[in-house]
Amino acid sequence: MHDAVAAAANFIHLDAANIVYLFLVGFVGGLVSGFIGSGGAFVLTPGMMSLGVPGLVAVASNMCHKFPKALVGALKRAKYGQVDVKLGLVLGVSAEAGVLYGATIQERIKAAYGAAGSNLYVSVAFVIILGVVGSFVLLDAIKTKRAGTQNEAEKITKIARWVQSVNIPGTMVHFKSLDARISVLFTIPLGFATGMLAATIAVGGFIGVPSMIYVLGAPSIMASATELVIAFVMGLGGSLKYAMHGMVDIRLAMIILAGSLFGIQLGAIGTTYVKPYMIKIVMGTIMVIVLFSRALMIPVYMSELKLMAPIGAGTAKMLSSTSFAIMIFALALGAFIVLKAMWEGRQAERMQVAQPVSAAVAGKI
Amino acid sequence: MAAEQKKKPYLQTVLFGVVSIALYVLLLSKQDLINENVAKGGFYALLPIAMAFAFSFFHGNFTGCFWTSCGIEASKKTKEVK
Repeated sequence: MHDAVAAAANFIHLDAANIVYLFLVGFVGGLVSGFIGSGGAFVLTPGMMSLGVPGLVAVASNMCHKFPKALVGALKRAKYGQVDVKLGLVLGVSAEAGVLYGATIQERIKAAYGAAGSNLYVSVAFVIILGVVGSFVLLDAIKTKRAGTQNEAEKITKIARWVQSVNIPGTMVHFKSLDARISVLFTIPLGFATGMLAATIAVGGFIGVPSMIYVLGAPSIMASATELVIAFVMGLGGSLKYAMHGMVDIRLAMIILAGSLFGIQLGAIGTTYVKPYMIKIVMGTIMVIVLFSRALMIPVYMSELKLMAPIGAGTAKMLSSTSFAIMIFALALGAFIVLKAMWEGRQAERMQVAQPVSAAVAGKI
Repeated sequence: MAAEQKKKPYLQTVLFGVVSIALYVLLLSKQDLINENVAKGGFYALLPIAMAFAFSFFHGNFTGCFWTSCGIEASKKTKEVK
């Protein structure tokens, strides 16, 4: 059994400034999560570490705020008929396996190459995955806007059409979000990849949501809502694992939750006012900006591993601060787009309601 | 028109808000005791998990009622699924 006294020593002293900071970051993270199904975690973990929280406790506490947040968000969006619980659970179970495998890989890399090796692996994974998937999602959303087809029903991709056409007896399951039967042999690797990404960069949704949209053929709104179910399953399993080792700082988790539950309710409400392509705009924008943030850190870790000429401590610190600032900017920009889209949607709806009333009044006069 | 408008859940907001604030006051005032037990791990892992569920229920309901009371609700085109 682990040393409880040593574990308790990992829990930092909390003052009013720390509480306000965690509450605000939680709120913005929750707002984005409520809208796109994930996000926020990539800022929260380094954000906690910047307060002096040890890395593992930050990851564990983030995980423990994630599952109750995802639960509240999923319940809210289920009220709007946006959640495919069955798809979320099927993907969530394989995602859990992906989390465990991803964590094992992380541990092996850390044991072989130290903390810098592990950080380099995480940053390279960030840059490659966010580069490929993020650019694809963002370009698709821009293409939809330019073509002026944002009001039309989303078309499913050729891959999704093929996936839905394959019939493997004994493995077929009907999912309401797809309005089709697909083989779970397709969902298992997608869920696994989502979990592996969650264990690596803390945001599995950056694989989970695009794969539900482009590979399985789910509408964007339903994919982002269903991701909350996957996040709940992964978060609950991960929290239990870390809590068994006494690594969860429940105060941090609950303070972040205080802010994020305000945010997630607002983000979920926001999805009812926007066109589906806005989900892709917010997700793609955040992914592409975060990519630059992590790319900045690659030379720092490579220098620590002696894979390139050493860089000065001042330069390393500057790169690290800039990287963190870019991540906060990505999250804040995502939140701004969500709030703006929601505001415009509400205004448009009010105008629609006001027009017949004013026409009726004019008719009477 | 007025009859169509739903009543704002002010009472629920206050009730869930009071319980939510009480939970947070308790969490921060007893933090040493809570930290000590959570850090034990093992079966004590159920403590943070149970706390997370309790906070998500009370604070989740509070935040939901809060936005509704502020007039921020889902688009009228969205039909709620009961």
